[in-house]
Amino acid sequence: MGMTMTQKILAAHAGLPSVTPGQLIRADLDMVLGNDITTPVAINEFTKAGFHQIFDKDKIAIVLDHFVPNKDIKAAQQSKQCREFACAHCVSHFYDVGKMGIEHALLPEQGVVTAGDCIIGADSHTCTYGALGAFSTGVGSTDMAAGMATGQAWFKVPAAINFRLTGALPPACSGKDVILTIIGKIGVDGALYKSMEFTGEGVASLTMDDRLCICNMAIEAGAKNGIFPVDEITRAYLEGRGQRPAVVYEADPDAVYDQVIDVDLSAIVPTVACPHLPENTRPAAELADVKIDQVVIGSCTNGRMEDMEAAYKILKDHPVAPGVRCIIIPATMAIYRQCVERGYVTAFIDAGAVVSTPTCGPCLGGYMGILAAGETCIATTNRNFVGRMGHVDSKVYLSSPATAAASAVTGYITAPKEV
Amino acid sequence: MKTQGHVFKYPDNVDTDVIIPARYLNTADANELAKHCMEDIDAGFVSQVRPGDVMVAGWNFGCGSSREHAPLVIKTCGTGCVIAKSFARIFYRNAINIGLPILECEAAADEIQAGDRVSVDFDTGLIRDLTTGKTYQAEPFPEFIQAIIQKGGLLASLAEV
Repeated sequence: MGMTMTQKILAAHAGLPSVTPGQLIRADLDMVLGNDITTPVAINEFTKAGFHQIFDKDKIAIVLDHFVPNKDIKAAQQSKQCREFACAHCVSHFYDVGKMGIEHALLPEQGVVTAGDCIIGADSHTCTYGALGAFSTGVGSTDMAAGMATGQAWFKVPAAINFRLTGALPPACSGKDVILTIIGKIGVDGALYKSMEFTGEGVASLTMDDRLCICNMAIEAGAKNGIFPVDEITRAYLEGRGQRPAVVYEADPDAVYDQVIDVDLSAIVPTVACPHLPENTRPAAELADVKIDQVVIGSCTNGRMEDMEAAYKILKDHPVAPGVRCIIIPATMAIYRQCVERGYVTAFIDAGAVVSTPTCGPCLGGYMGILAAGETCIATTNRNFVGRMGHVDSKVYLSSPATAAASAVTGYITAPKEV
Repeated sequence: MKTQGHVFKYPDNVDTDVIIPARYLNTADANELAKHCMEDIDAGFVSQVRPGDVMVAGWNFGCGSSREHAPLVIKTCGTGCVIAKSFARIFYRNAINIGLPILECEAAADEIQAGDRVSVDFDTGLIRDLTTGKTYQAEPFPEFIQAIIQKGGLLASLAEV
């Protein structure tokens, strides 16, 4: 039986000639990731279990990104615990304030993850790196602890859904509109336990930032991972960046998929997920009567350079509407710097927005933009659950950076072409 | 492993943000975190739950974040078992790894009502609604996973190797 791209990567890392869906395997890991919220729990478990050594100092990444620069004393204690552990074990890929970025923007940017890798991360959006042609999935802190100690993890080999992409996106749309459209179609458990494999001639029309955004939200459809084939765009992205050699895996021509779903990229429209689930999608144009109090442009989903550029193109000529708070958060220090150099930060400030250093902050209701009761936010983040960004009676709408920026200008949810 | 208690009933897609809101994740102290378990959708849960009680929910329980704090607070509150139609995959994995008993059973999740008294035999998957007298059979775990649970979680199972 032919294997999917995910199955081939898993087989290779388990030292097996082939694997089949449902099979339980133990696989070697190329990278084990944690952040300032999940790593402390992992360190406690690692210590409690009596482990003294990590398996490979070059294959563990610890990124302080959720609550840094620290939002309060408890958060500071957690960061300190991560810092001390990273120092004691000489962890190569430890990123602290000044060097950090939101983990899923940072690790691809820094070449810490690459094509063909098998990666676990104690953060659900670890599925992002599938954009590079890696198998990458979110786990909990105990799995992180076991991974740090042994360099291995157990997996149930996933079945797959093949998303066959055709055409090219209209100018007002980006990767976010694609993944929101797909989640709207299949639901928040539409790909539960499965891999989402993106194939077809439409892949070539998607930039790496689009692909990273699409794979990032695979978890929002319940998927184990999302993955793109390696092509010229991947190779160009990895060029000069990869710290380890990329390995290219391709799905077998006779790979078996549970389901095949055709997606015509040219038919995608600016899409918004309404409260309180990412599957509650509607065209942005139908939500023009939704008044907003806050806009957040950033996160591991949409804090990359193309996202900043999309916001800049709209905000450079149009101020933020009175009564709207617009918070822009470049996802890494390199992106932040580029925003400064290109004059984006000046334009954002002139438009009436604030620009924060990288942090997950408001996305998960941590800090830097918490909502009060009755308030509404449109955000380029990934979840709009009850209370996700603050008070239980607040509302979050999810959109692309272009739609969020256009909405900041009008004060109502607005499709980008209307600005 | 067995449990017996009253049922707290929840809908589909209970996410990890309502199980334990991220605003409390500036600590990893399970007892501190457990004070806020379910508070955004069921403010009375923490004061009403008793050791051995059972959560019964719909599809995709535990969706969202990978935070292990979610199964941990449910366990720390004394919950004996979570029965759902399905679990989000990271929550499922975390529950096994930290030793929170969970079972997937669509019929039980449909028919068992809030407040019913139920007994659950986690080893056999037998669920008994003592209020209605009905029984339900959940699929037992694969052997590989049962071995992890019997050894007391993932790290304990590794330490034994």
